[in-house]
Amino acid sequence: MTVTFADWITELANWVFLLIAIPTVVAAFFVVTAKNVVRAVLSLVITLAGTAALFLMLGAEFVGWTVVLVYIGAVVILFLMGIMITQSPLTSSTELSQPMSMRTPAILLSVVLFGVIAWAVIVSFGAEGIPLPDEATRTASIGEAMFTNWVIPFEVVSFVLLAALIGGITLARRDPVEEGEA
Amino acid sequence: MTIVQFVLLGAALFSIGLYGVLTRKNAILVLASVEVMLAAVNVNLVAFDVYLGDTSSAGQVMALFIIALAAAEVGIGIAIVLMIFRNRRTADVDDLDVMRY
Repeated sequence: MTVTFADWITELANWVFLLIAIPTVVAAFFVVTAKNVVRAVLSLVITLAGTAALFLMLGAEFVGWTVVLVYIGAVVILFLMGIMITQSPLTSSTELSQPMSMRTPAILLSVVLFGVIAWAVIVSFGAEGIPLPDEATRTASIGEAMFTNWVIPFEVVSFVLLAALIGGITLARRDPVEEGEA
Repeated sequence: MTIVQFVLLGAALFSIGLYGVLTRKNAILVLASVEVMLAAVNVNLVAFDVYLGDTSSAGQVMALFIIALAAAEVGIGIAIVLMIFRNRRTADVDDLDVMRY
């Protein structure tokens, strides 16, 4: 099933896609270039909300709302806490990015990487269409898949989270003995 | 809809995140750029899951695993940044050059 550009642009779903995708990319660009730390982290919210909206569009409801809960609800707050604790300058600062001479190779590398991926994808898939899902993936079916096919990875992830929890506490707390000496 | 539009969006987000990882000096913002790259990977996984019509929802389950591991990664990452800040009073990755040469 191939799609011509005329077909593509007349499909309403693609306008919704563009409406979501353009702010997502612009906000992602702002995350990596903004001169203000808080604004950079807050535009990460827009990027992640955009991806969550795309997941809803693709019918992946559970993944979409998990992104909203975990990323926008918890990870971004963690970033803001990190900014406050490390006393990063809250006003605009040029100290957040490398100077222009160091940025040029990074720009080149990113553009080349995007070009290579875009070329490979267009050559492999062309204008192959995907049908708009007529109903969302049931959360129950994801749960079934997770506890049948993916049960061992699931347990491994839970173990990794436990290790991260213990590791985070161990790293972040002060050693009580050291504190007594100081 | 085509699969290409989602993969191109993912590629754009990944390239932008890579640029951020390479050019940011503040360690917290490097971690934020890594989050952009992980979001790009999630877009690809979910798009291909829908494209292939996988009955076991492999792509969506993998995206959920990545979300869980990314949360753990940010927790540990920020704990390490705090540890460095406590010892060296800086969150600038350029100042961490003790092991250089």
